[in-house]
Amino acid sequence: MEGTIALDRAAVEKLLSGKEDQSLLRFLTCGSVDDGKSTLIGRLLHDSKRLFEDQILTLERDSRKWGTTGGDMDFALLVDGLEAEREQGITIDVAYRFFATDRRKFIVADTPGHEQYTRNMATGASTADLAVLLVDSRQGILTQTRRHAYIVSLLGIRHVVLAVNKIDLVDYSQARFDEIVAAFGELTAELGFATKVAIPLSARFGDNVIAPSPNLAWYKGPALLDYLETIDVTETEAGRPFRFPVQWVSRPNLDFRGYAGTVAGGSVAVGDEIAIAASGQKAKVARIVTMDGDLPEASFHQAVTLTLDREVDASRGDLLVAAEGRPQVSDQIAAHIIWMSDEALLPGRAYVLKTATRTVGATVSELKHRIDVQSFQPHAAKTLSLNDIGFANLSLAEPIAFDPYEENRTTGSFILIDRFSNATAAAGMFRFGLRRATNIHRQALTVDKAARADANGQKPTILWFTGLSGAGKSTVANLVEEKLHLMGCHTYLLDGDNIRHGLNRDLGFTDADRVENIRRVGEVARLFVDAGVIVLVSFISPFRSERAMARELVGPGEFIEVYVDVPLAVAEERDPKGLYRKAREGGIKNFTGIDSPYEPPTSPDIHLDAATETPEAQAERVLAHLVARGYAGSHRR
Amino acid sequence: MNPPLTQLQRLEAEAIFILREVVATFAKPVMMYSIGKDSSVMLHLARKAFYPAPPPFPLLHIDTGWKFREMIRFRNETAKKYGFNLLVHTNEEGRAQGVNPFDQGSNLYTRIMKTDALKAALTKHGFDAAFGGARRDEEKSRAKERVFSFRNQNHAWDPKNQRPELWSLYNTRIAPGESIRVFPISNWTELDIWQYILAEKIDIVPLYYAAQRPVVERAGQWIMVDDDRMRLRPGEAPENRLVRFRTLGCYPLTAAIDSTATTLEEIVAEMLLARTSERQGRLIDHDESGSMEKKKREGYF
Ligand SMILES: Nc1nc2c(ncn2[C@@H]2O[C@H](COP(=O)(O)OP(=O)(O)O)[C@@H](O)[C@H]2O)c(=O)[nH]1
Repeated sequence: MEGTIALDRAAVEKLLSGKEDQSLLRFLTCGSVDDGKSTLIGRLLHDSKRLFEDQILTLERDSRKWGTTGGDMDFALLVDGLEAEREQGITIDVAYRFFATDRRKFIVADTPGHEQYTRNMATGASTADLAVLLVDSRQGILTQTRRHAYIVSLLGIRHVVLAVNKIDLVDYSQARFDEIVAAFGELTAELGFATKVAIPLSARFGDNVIAPSPNLAWYKGPALLDYLETIDVTETEAGRPFRFPVQWVSRPNLDFRGYAGTVAGGSVAVGDEIAIAASGQKAKVARIVTMDGDLPEASFHQAVTLTLDREVDASRGDLLVAAEGRPQVSDQIAAHIIWMSDEALLPGRAYVLKTATRTVGATVSELKHRIDVQSFQPHAAKTLSLNDIGFANLSLAEPIAFDPYEENRTTGSFILIDRFSNATAAAGMFRFGLRRATNIHRQALTVDKAARADANGQKPTILWFTGLSGAGKSTVANLVEEKLHLMGCHTYLLDGDNIRHGLNRDLGFTDADRVENIRRVGEVARLFVDAGVIVLVSFISPFRSERAMARELVGPGEFIEVYVDVPLAVAEERDPKGLYRKAREGGIKNFTGIDSPYEPPTSPDIHLDAATETPEAQAERVLAHLVARGYAGSHRR
Repeated sequence: MNPPLTQLQRLEAEAIFILREVVATFAKPVMMYSIGKDSSVMLHLARKAFYPAPPPFPLLHIDTGWKFREMIRFRNETAKKYGFNLLVHTNEEGRAQGVNPFDQGSNLYTRIMKTDALKAALTKHGFDAAFGGARRDEEKSRAKERVFSFRNQNHAWDPKNQRPELWSLYNTRIAPGESIRVFPISNWTELDIWQYILAEKIDIVPLYYAAQRPVVERAGQWIMVDDDRMRLRPGEAPENRLVRFRTLGCYPLTAAIDSTATTLEEIVAEMLLARTSERQGRLIDHDESGSMEKKKREGYF
């Protein structure tokens, strides 16, 4: 191989002088599968002489083994780093590659084109400043091109390059190039990019990748690398308000209390007045501490430790902000969401939301619409599945401070995490607060829960019976209520069938409706607990997250999960209402246990063996649990 | 207003953020310390991240028993100098059985003395997060790995099912028994590492500097004869050469290169003019190009 030397002597000396600060450009390549993304990156690495001899040898060997280019080097193999990827010849996950020229350092995220791996594409896009969107000259703009253009714009990337690839396969045709560029112009008209440039090239043969090509004499613009080396993507920081999510409170000794974090917007100087966004408490910056000595000022992106001139109440998750120039604070926020989990979004289901350093319980209270990536138009939707993009209202367990994503990528972005699998279920961008949290004051009541409970001489709680249809939940719950009543307790029984005929008669049996069903029942049960009553809830309630949500509506010790456990075969055998038979025959859709899942409790408070024990024996066990823990019977009047 | 951060300052800030995020959200973090230049940088970053407090986690070194003597000396001195709590773990069973890179070959040896030892140490101490100094530019499967890399109860990596990782929003939630490997210097290149060592005057093991050392030639590479446990093959006679190491692993699995670089500046200059990648010196990655992925799936760093 000729000239695989990375840099020449002069460049080395420049770097070593320490004066040279090369700027960094982070970009991603995206587009439909097989448009040539991996080939293009491989070509950039190779032609910019960033490959070492041993890497080239490996590449030659792998090309013979896995390559798709006949005997030639298959540059895609340089980036497709997973075994599955090389075997299947596709990109599954984003790969980060690094190269440098005399002018600039680059981090490239090579992202997958398949729709099923869109979440990995979004991962690559979230940290990029520029997108190279590839199209195959023969195919032009495809659905994935549109989807990727949309996601790139949604994630706030302001600069795009349309790489019209495989131009060799259309005879380097200018007419074809112009056609694609026109279509691209239409596609991106409303996507709000600051710069868009189209470049014809052949990744495989290197035309226009690092140098202009005689095959494309009609094209007068820069070659790709030339363009990437020179484009200015810096956003001006001047005038942006200071943002500093507290990451960790540093207390090495009694005299030092510092707030460690990274400046996520604007800058801060010693003496500046700052506020804690949520509480509005104010203080002045006393010191900006680093291991290299105190600083007079900290700029955007800098990781420092701040000390303040007075005691304030702040900890991880709080946002320190400029006293003038405050963020919004709300517990109801409208946001765009990219769904990333195989399990569909269910409005009302409880997720964990993480934004900056703050973590808070959240539900999607209302899904406004789903966005069709073909037309970019909104469509009504009840749920979002893997790779869907939607616009929704979020309801948070507590108010948080945030900025619209377009104003700040750090304080404006969030992820949703599944409470059980801990998977990252979605990524999102805050748009605006729906109401100011400061306006909602809960009615402060003088007769409170404790007072009412006292009057009843019992400890109010929810007894939540869950289990398959036909397990015997209602039978056992009825017996327990009778016994409690005899002991003089105030009780109430909420039964699935009864509630569905009244309060919830507008709900069906889709996953989304099941979630809403349980949410309402949970809220009603909570009111009963508030009223000092022992409330028995008898619902199939098949999903763990909804049961967890109901548990969280009330205080500790006010939710007792009773698992009425029978094997499906036994329940089906009993089939008291003939429902299983109907479901098996296809007469009932979404029947739990048949074509809708039941997620058994992992650690129920009471586990009843309903296959072998009699209902009477089971009821006695529940009662014993209640008496032993002082819910009933101990200080009856 | 200050000028915007330089590219190296950005990398530094990013690493500090990652280090702090782990300490703020995990119960029992640990830092893997392999004594090499990347570990030295990571350690320096950890000191910066928590200053004026000391880094609130111990260092863990998986000692295969086949580290260069200068490495062990450097390790002990560093821990003492900064007051680190240094944990050293060796697969005692493997050692008792005499597992070594000569008889077992690099694959089996690595699995027993490194991967198994690492997994046992993490399980024994109940660490739920472990920092590693791997960089994405080192190797193709590393290039695919997240900064927060989820590991199941068996410490295994599932490359086809990684958590999406957007912005700097790291999902730190795990179930009991599961863990996270965290790579604060994922986005650094070898050049960044050397530039940073130079700028911050970070101490590194002397083996990185050229010196006269006894070596033998194997498969076109210089293997250092560090002590008398190194078995010479028939016809092999150690000769003294001016060599240095670009990367440090176990001997004889790490090869030295001819070099006259005795200062940091010279090392960086040499690196910039290099024609081979640094992992070239590591026989462990050589077996086949998918070998690192396989090791990682088994629980290797
Ligand atoms: N003729 C020609 N083939 C190309 C070009 N770029 C990529 N290819 C081929 O198109 C196929 C898909 O390329 P790849 O880089 O894997 O696409 P990716 O899925 O977007 O990463 C491979 O067989 C490449 O060799 C090009 O410019 N011209």
